[in-house]
Amino acid sequence: MAEYQQILDRLYTHLRPMAPQGTTLDEDTDLISEFGLDSVNVMDLLLEVEEDFDISVPLNLLADIRTPKDLACTIIRLLEAE
Amino acid sequence: MMALFDKFNKLASERAELFPTGLSPFETRIEEVYSPTEARIGGRRVLLAGTNNYLGLTFAPECIEAAQKAVEREGTGTTGSRMANGSYGGHCALEAELGDFYQSNSVIVFSTGYLASLGLIGTLAGAQDIILLDADCHASIYDACRLSGAQIIRFRHNDVADLEKRLQRLKKHADNTLIVVEGIYSMLGDRAPLAEIVAVKRRYGGYLVVDEAHSLGVLGEHGRGLSEEAGVATEVDFILGTFSKSLGAVGGFLASNHPESEFLRYASRPYIFTASPSPSVIASTRAALQLLRSRPQLRERLWANATQLYRQLQALGYRLGPEPSPVVATLLGSRQQAVAFWQGLLERGIYVNLVLPPAAPGGYTLVRCSVSAAHTPAQIDIICQAFADLRAILEQPDALVDSHGS
Repeated sequence: MAEYQQILDRLYTHLRPMAPQGTTLDEDTDLISEFGLDSVNVMDLLLEVEEDFDISVPLNLLADIRTPKDLACTIIRLLEAE
Repeated sequence: MMALFDKFNKLASERAELFPTGLSPFETRIEEVYSPTEARIGGRRVLLAGTNNYLGLTFAPECIEAAQKAVEREGTGTTGSRMANGSYGGHCALEAELGDFYQSNSVIVFSTGYLASLGLIGTLAGAQDIILLDADCHASIYDACRLSGAQIIRFRHNDVADLEKRLQRLKKHADNTLIVVEGIYSMLGDRAPLAEIVAVKRRYGGYLVVDEAHSLGVLGEHGRGLSEEAGVATEVDFILGTFSKSLGAVGGFLASNHPESEFLRYASRPYIFTASPSPSVIASTRAALQLLRSRPQLRERLWANATQLYRQLQALGYRLGPEPSPVVATLLGSRQQAVAFWQGLLERGIYVNLVLPPAAPGGYTLVRCSVSAAHTPAQIDIICQAFADLRAILEQPDALVDSHGS
């Protein structure tokens, strides 16, 4: 779980600058309906995250990524698959 | 009761906020068209700077005459698809002429550029394959990727190092990867660094698609597009193009030297399950292609106009796309500011395209001018004068280049 928390913390550093003021953010925040990103914002976020973790996240997986937790789990899966 | 339509609530409220009068720039009615560069909108005669009529051929007498003859000879429509209902002579002749133009063994004509994109990418890449696409690719390419079922990976716009990194990560899978880029990107008017992209492809493998929708007739010594200009035509696996811009009609095509690409005719649903282009459309496209080939001066005039517009808007302090091109994008601030700017231009008799996110990349709002060979230098001056008048609208300093020229 330590790895999960570290990944989550790294995700927050990418996400926080994108937040409108006063938006709360935790692992279960819905990135679109609660955090206010649109689909292009999410794809652009992915570019940063991919660079940070040195992975490529296929866009096909986006349909199942709604929260930071989903994204962190996807990253762990992709890192393990390497 | 309204559950199915609930998804449009956000769109509806954004529309109401941005266009309180109910008149949206996205529903502009062009009431009458006078020429490639003039029309009537809202009862007013306006200068058209928001078409994709790069060579200004929509009123070329040769194209009109060819279309008239075809409609008289072959009728108004084909009423069916090429596979089920047969190809007309014109379809095959146009494919042969495009094959000669691109020096390609195989050319397939589709009913629109959008369908050409779906027909190639959506059919060729399958569940076991990978598509690497430039982040700023057109929506038709994104849709084609989704149709394919392949793994879709996006690389940073025009960033060859990012593309390379992603090919490296794919290792042996690089061989069944389709890399997709555009000759000229439609919103900011910049071109792909194609020679470098080809070099990376050479190193790691994969197949390269270049969508020349906005660069056909615009770039290259013979007007073939960026693949010609960059000197790498033989290393581009697939060229996509459209008849709806420089060629002034509607339709699309795929050109390739892979003999297997002929099988796409049997496998591509966007080719099989839609009606083929009307005889008049094919005839005017063929005439326009002849003009594109025989009149390089059209390209010269286009570039003279494009450079004039870009330089003058730059001198006015506007923040523009990264390089001069027939697509000249002026980056603006808030959505409201962009709408006001667009309306201000129309009030001054200039029609351009308003582009808001997500259609504009990078979260930008912009007004997009597209230049035509048919514009006169005097018309370009009129466009620039309207931009000069509108500088006052830009209350937000971030929309202008600062005094240090950042």
